[in-house]
This record gives sequence, C-alpha cells and structure tokens, in this order.
Amino acid sequence: MDSPFGLLAELTYRCPLACAYCSNPLNMADYSDELTTDEWRRVLVEARDLGVLQCHLSGGEPLLRRDLVEIVATAHDLGLYSNLVTSALGLSRQKAEQLLAAGLDHVQVSIQADEPAVSDRIAGTPSFRRKIEAMGVVKELGWPLTMNVVLHRQNIDRVADVLRLAEEMGADRVELANTQYYGWAWRNRDALLPSREQLEAAELVVRAARDRLRDLMDVIYVIPDYYSRYPKPCMGGWASRQLTVTPNGDVLPCPAAQSLPLPRANVREDPLERIWAESPVMTAFRGTDWMPDPCRSCDRRELDFGGCRCQAFQLTGDAARTDPVCHLSPDHDLVARAVEAANADSRAGDLPLVPRPHGVRGGDRERHDAAPQGI
Amino acid sequence: MEPTRAGTAARPRVGVSGSDRPRLARHVRLGFCPTRQKPILLLPETVVVLNATGAGILELCDGRRTVAEIVAELGARYRTVPDEEVRRYLTQLVARRCVELPRSGENTDG
Repeated sequence: MDSPFGLLAELTYRCPLACAYCSNPLNMADYSDELTTDEWRRVLVEARDLGVLQCHLSGGEPLLRRDLVEIVATAHDLGLYSNLVTSALGLSRQKAEQLLAAGLDHVQVSIQADEPAVSDRIAGTPSFRRKIEAMGVVKELGWPLTMNVVLHRQNIDRVADVLRLAEEMGADRVELANTQYYGWAWRNRDALLPSREQLEAAELVVRAARDRLRDLMDVIYVIPDYYSRYPKPCMGGWASRQLTVTPNGDVLPCPAAQSLPLPRANVREDPLERIWAESPVMTAFRGTDWMPDPCRSCDRRELDFGGCRCQAFQLTGDAARTDPVCHLSPDHDLVARAVEAANADSRAGDLPLVPRPHGVRGGDRERHDAAPQGI
Repeated sequence: MEPTRAGTAARPRVGVSGSDRPRLARHVRLGFCPTRQKPILLLPETVVVLNATGAGILELCDGRRTVAEIVAELGARYRTVPDEEVRRYLTQLVARRCVELPRSGENTDG
C-alpha cells in the first residue's frame, strides 16, 4: 500500500453558484454537519503524518468557511503545498491578502466561459465580473494563477476565446476539463455531452495554443472519457495516491465515491491512518485483485486500473465492473448509445440545462486526477 | 528523466547554457517528505519525487549562481557530475516550466 500524495479537503458544499455540471453529491443536506476548525486541523496533521504533501482546499466554495485563513495557516505550518480551488466569489483583496500571509501557495479560479453573459448563465448567477477582478488580485499579489474552465456542449465551441481570456489574465496554467458526469452533472449529461465534431475542433485549437503559449502557460486539456477508447486511470488507482475528506468528515478515495454502496468511514470516528489502511471504502478496489475480466487479463490493468468505479456503478449498478467507457467492456453500448445520441443528425440546438437549485447549493468543483509524475 | 515532448516540437528549444542563472519557478516549491525520506518538488497539481542529485541541482538554482557555478559546486560535493547532464536536467525542467532562466538585468530576488 502506498502513501497518499494529495488530500482533497472539501470544506463545505455550500456554494454561491448553481452550475448544471456540478459533480457534488445530490444529497447535500447529509453533509451540513461540517467539521470544525479544530477537526480540520487534526485531519491535516493526520494527513501529513500519512505522507500527504498537497492539500487542495475545495468545496462547494471554500471561501464560505470563515476559518479558511486558519486552515490555510495550519496547512502551511505543516509544510503542505496548499491550493485554493474557488469560484472566486468572496475573494476580496482583503481576504486574498490574509490568505497570502497565511501561506497559501496557489489559487485556481473557475470561470464558466469567456463571455460575461454566457458565463453568468452557466454559473446561474452574475459572477463573471467578480471572477475577472479576483483573478487580477491573484496575479497582483504574485500568486501563480490557474484558470479552470469546465467544458461541455454549450461552451466548448468558445475554447479559442477562453484561451485568449486566460492569456489576457496572465494565467500560469489553464485547465480545460471536459465535464465528468457525476453528482448533479449526471442529470444533465445529454445536454452537456459534446458532439464528435465539436471535440475535434476544440482539440485543434488546444493543440495550436499549446504550441503558441508554451513559454507562457501550461495548457491542460482533460478529454471527455466517453469518446476515448480506454478509460481514464481514475485517481491514479483506487486509494493509491489521493484521498478526499468531505465537509462532514467522511473519507473517500475520490470525491464521487460517496455514491457507492460501501460502509462509511469518518474522521470523527477513526484516525485517518487506520481508515486509509483498513476501511472497506479504501480496500474495496485497491490494487488489481478485485478485477473481473476483461480487466483481469488485460495488459493495461496497471495503466488504467479498470477506469472509474463510480462510473461503472452509475452506468451498470455494479462498481466492480469494467468502466463501460472501455471499448472492451461488455457494457460499452451504454456509453456508445449516449455518444450516438450526442451526434445524431436529428439533434438540433441545445437541450435545456437543469441548474443546481439554490438553497443547500452545490459546488463548481472540477477537480480530477493529480497523479505524481517521476522525473 | 525522460525528455519532454516539447523538446521534439517543430520549434527547437534552446538548451540551458553555462552562463544562465536558473531559479525555481514561482509556483514550484522544493521540499523534503519525512514519510518517504525523499526530496520532493511541489507543483500546483503534481508532486515530483526527486533523487539526491536532482535535489542537489535544484537547491542551487537561486537565480544568482550560474549553471557553471552549480556544476562546480556539485563537483566539489560529489565525485562526478557531468556538466552536460546538469544542463540536460535543467533544460527538461525549463521545458516543464518548473525552472526559469531570468534574462540578465531581471530582478532575481523573486
């Protein structure tokens, strides 16, 4: 068993945005009993002792936690690289200065499109202008800036303009992440899944931009796995490199895994080290022993780890099946049918997006894999 | 240490020269992982576990020392550190934007 490198600390699921592609769980009321400041401090110490080196402070909107500065300071004191994953709503200059003084290393700001009206429509709330202002503050204070844009059928044709905006903002990294269909996004899958033609056009633009901007900016492009031949190496393997702690202290191998029928593990009941090593939610799909065929006998089993357990569960009702994205999966027709529908000639115009309802609101989280790389 | 794809792209990347004064990029932090007992490089979404030589090179990338000086210092510390290997290593990290080469006259305090 390896030690995890990264902790995704989901501080709250409360969020001022109402993105239709939100991947946070549907049953957010179950997570409203949030960990206290002292509990998060303990989680960070335990994570550091377990080998965690990076702490991604996410949500929902982490800035809605009044103790965010204290949590950042704790991460910094422990020597963790801290990354704020934010909608930027609530990132005032004063708050930004406090976070900088507390030792925050990096800021990732999400934006929904390059054009104010489109961005605001997708976010479900007027937010574009504030995001632009906040990105300016991030740069002014000398932080590295990552601009994150979740791509889907209704904004992917604007990718060239999105890249231009990132360039104008002076972003150090831009993440163009095609939507992953978890949580709320699953409900909107048919409205969000782009056509093959859209993807091909976007990939050309991204490739050209990578070449043009390579001395200025990292351009990260996350392909939509529905269109790939093999599944993504989800999280670098189940409970191998990353762990997630949800707002109420549940510990998961990835942020989508709350949907799986596995017993809960919680930092209020057990130390993180024991959870990582022994709890069924971590051990269920660790390694390759759990694999059925075609994964079990596949040469790629250590490359993609059978793909995503949550996607397998969502599409087939069985988390132990091969990710249906894989063309070798016996369930691949489930994905093929969705792709076929997204490319049907009969389909004209956009299907309506169902925004995440306000109230206990969902986040615009768009984190994906952050696997360590060797040099 | 594998060459990055950028190195083979149409526009040839200029290698690191002996007179360059490399420094770590702003978003990059060099550290040590007590659990793994290994030096590490921390980036926004990535952790790179370093070997001792790699860490030795990067510790000296302060924007003041030239590559030639770094090679000399490492030479005093270890028996053999080929100049070419150090430059190749730094070239790769420049291509990945982990290391910067400030132009002369640029402030090197950052």
